[in-house]
Amino acid sequence: MLRYILRRLILLGPLLLGITLVSWAAIQLVPGSGNYFQGLVLQYPQISPQTIAALKAQFGMDQPPWIQYFRWLWSILHLDFGLSFAYNVPVTWLIGTRALNTLLLSLTSLVVAWSVALPLGIYSAIHQYSAIDGVLNTLAFVAVSIPSFFSALLLLYAAYWSHILPLQGLTGVDFDTYPWWAKILDIGRHLILPTIALGLFSVGGLMRYMRNYLLEVLKSDFVKTARAKGLSERRVIYRHAVRNAINPLVTLFGFELGGLLSGAAFVENIMGYPGLGRLILEALLKKDVFVVMASLLLGSVMLILGNLAADIMLAYVDPRIRYD
Amino acid sequence: MISAHDVAASRLAAQRRAEAERARSPWALAWRQLKRYRLALAGGVTLIVLYTAMVLAEFLAPYGLDQSDRTLFYAPPTSVHWRDARGHWHLRPFVYAYRVVDPSIPQYVSDTSRTYDIHALVRGAPYHWLGLVPADLHLFGVAPPARLFLLGTDQFGRDMFSRLLYGSRVSLLIGIMVVVITFPIGMVLGGISGYYGGLIDNVMMRSVEVLAAFPSFYLFLTLASVLPPTLSSPQRIALLSGVFSLVGWGGLARVIRGIVLGLRDVEFVQAARASGLRDLRIIVRHVLPSTASYVIVAATLTIPGVILGESGLSYLGIGVQEPSTSWGLQLAQAQSIDVLTQFPWLLVPGLAIVLAILAFNFLGDGIRDALDPRQRST
Repeated sequence: MLRYILRRLILLGPLLLGITLVSWAAIQLVPGSGNYFQGLVLQYPQISPQTIAALKAQFGMDQPPWIQYFRWLWSILHLDFGLSFAYNVPVTWLIGTRALNTLLLSLTSLVVAWSVALPLGIYSAIHQYSAIDGVLNTLAFVAVSIPSFFSALLLLYAAYWSHILPLQGLTGVDFDTYPWWAKILDIGRHLILPTIALGLFSVGGLMRYMRNYLLEVLKSDFVKTARAKGLSERRVIYRHAVRNAINPLVTLFGFELGGLLSGAAFVENIMGYPGLGRLILEALLKKDVFVVMASLLLGSVMLILGNLAADIMLAYVDPRIRYD
Repeated sequence: MISAHDVAASRLAAQRRAEAERARSPWALAWRQLKRYRLALAGGVTLIVLYTAMVLAEFLAPYGLDQSDRTLFYAPPTSVHWRDARGHWHLRPFVYAYRVVDPSIPQYVSDTSRTYDIHALVRGAPYHWLGLVPADLHLFGVAPPARLFLLGTDQFGRDMFSRLLYGSRVSLLIGIMVVVITFPIGMVLGGISGYYGGLIDNVMMRSVEVLAAFPSFYLFLTLASVLPPTLSSPQRIALLSGVFSLVGWGGLARVIRGIVLGLRDVEFVQAARASGLRDLRIIVRHVLPSTASYVIVAATLTIPGVILGESGLSYLGIGVQEPSTSWGLQLAQAQSIDVLTQFPWLLVPGLAIVLAILAFNFLGDGIRDALDPRQRST
C-alpha cells in the first residue's frame, strides 16, 4: 500500500511540471504579452517603477520565453507567485484563503450531494421500474441538465422572496465582531445557497450511477448466495450489495471534483463568493497575470490531489485493486 | 386437414423469419430499440423543433436582431386577449398597445382604447434569411404602435423572444461545430496512439493527462479571455469553438485509444496488415469504424457540454459579445438581483438552455442503451 502511494507521488512530478507549463503558456497567448509589463505600468500607476523593475528582473522579462518560464518555475518552487497588480500584494497572500474557500464550497457540496444521492439511488434500484423510480430518474436527468449558473440564479430568485438566507458573499458585514461560534454559524448560513446550487448538478449524476451499479451487483451470484442462506432482505442489500456497489463510485470522486471546481467558478461569480473561480475571472479581466497563472496552477493542484486521494481510497476499500 | 407437408412448410417459414430477423443490420436493431424509449424520442423531437426554429429564426421572429424601442425597456410580456375591455369576444387574438406611465422607470399599462389583431404572415422588418435571401415576411405580428413582445423586452427594449431565436444560432450550432472539429482529431490521434503504442502513445497520453488535470472551466475562462477584443462575431465564435476543441479532444482520444488497443491484434486487422495496407489506412478504414457506437453516443453527449460551456462563458461576459447574441449572453442581463427579481422574464433564456441540454441528454442516453447489445430485448 505504502509503495503504491509512493509510486503515485513520484508520478505526480512530471504531471506537475506539465501543469506549470500549460498555466504559463496560457498567459503567453495574450496578444502582445511579451510587453505586458509596459501596459501594466499605465494600467496600475499605484505600483512603483522600482517594483516593476524588480519584477522584470526577477522573472527575466527581457529574456527569451523559455528562460522566463524557468524563472517563474524557480520562483514558484520558493512559493513566490509574484505580485498581484490589482491588489498590490503578493499573490500568495491573496490566493491561499480563496483556494480554501473554493475547497470548502466544493467539499460541502460533495458531502451534501453524496448524502442525498446515495439513498435515492439505493431506493430507486430496489424499487426498479416503480413509479417513484421513474420520477426520480427523470428528475435526475433534469438536475444534470441545469447549468450551475442557472440553478444559482433560480435559487437567488427564490431566496430573495423568502428573506431567510443571505444572498451574497461568505460572511456577514459584522463578521469580525462575532465570537467564534457565531462566525461558524454565519459562514454556515452563507454556505447554504451556494452549496445547493452547486450540489444539485452532482446529485443527478451520482444517483443514476448508484442505481445502475447497485442493479448490476444485485444480479451477481454472491447476492443470490446471501439470499439462499436465508439472510433478511435488509441485510442482503445493505451488508452485501450496497457495500460493493459503492466501490466504483469512489473512482467518480475525482471526476466529480473536477466538475465541482468548474461549477464553483459560476456559483462564486453569481453569489459573490470569495473563491478561486471568482478570483481568476477578476484577474483575467484586470490582466493580473501572476494571479491568473497561480490560480490555474492551484486549481489543477487541488484537482490532482483530489484524484490521488480518490485512488488511494479506492485501493483501500477495494482489495481487488492490485497496487504494485 | 393438416398434412405433414404443411407443417414442414410453416416450420421452414418460421425459420426464414428468424433468419431475416438475425440478418437485420445492427443499426436497424438499434433504431427499433430506440423507438421504445419515449424520453429519448421526446428529446429527439424537441431537438428537431429547436433546430428548425433556429434555421427559420428570421421568419419566426416578429422583430429584428437589433430592433430596439428604447421607450419600452424592461417591458413585461405582452398579454394576448380574446375578449376586449367592453366584454366583446373577438375571433382573432389581439393585443393592446403599451402606454408608458413614467418615461424614467419601466412601468407600463395597457392602452385599452384600441385593439390590435395579431395577424399571420405579415410584412415587417426586412431581413436576409440566413444572411442570403432578402425578405420581409414574418410568421406573425401586430401593427405598430402596438408591440407583440411574447417574452417581454430587455434593458434596451429589444424583444426577448426574437433574440432568443437569433441567439439559438450560436448556442445550438457551437456544439455541433466543436464535435465536427474535435471528433476527427480525437479519433485519429487516439487511433494512432492505441495502434502504435510505445513512445507516441506515451507522449500523447501524458499530454492528455496534463490537460485533464485542470478544472476545464478554468482553462476555458483563461483561453477565452485572451481572445483579442477586436474580432468580428463569426471569428470570435469560430475561435471559441477552437478553445473548446483544444481542451476537449483529450477525453475522446483516451477512450478511442483504449478501444483501438484492444483491437490491434484481432484477425481482421491482421488480415488488413497482411494485405499490405498502409497503417493510417488500416486505422481509419478498419479499426476506427469499430468505435462508431461509442463515438455516436459521445458526440450526442458532448454537444450539451459545449452548449453549457458557451453559455457559461457568455454569461460571464467573455464568450459571445454584443451586438450578436447567444442564450448565455441574453441570460447575463439577469445578473443583478434587483433586475432579476423585478423582471423575471429575463430568466427565460436559461430555460431554453436547460431544454436543449436536457433534450440532448435524453437522446444520448437512449442511443447509448439502444446501441448496447446487452440491453436489447427480443
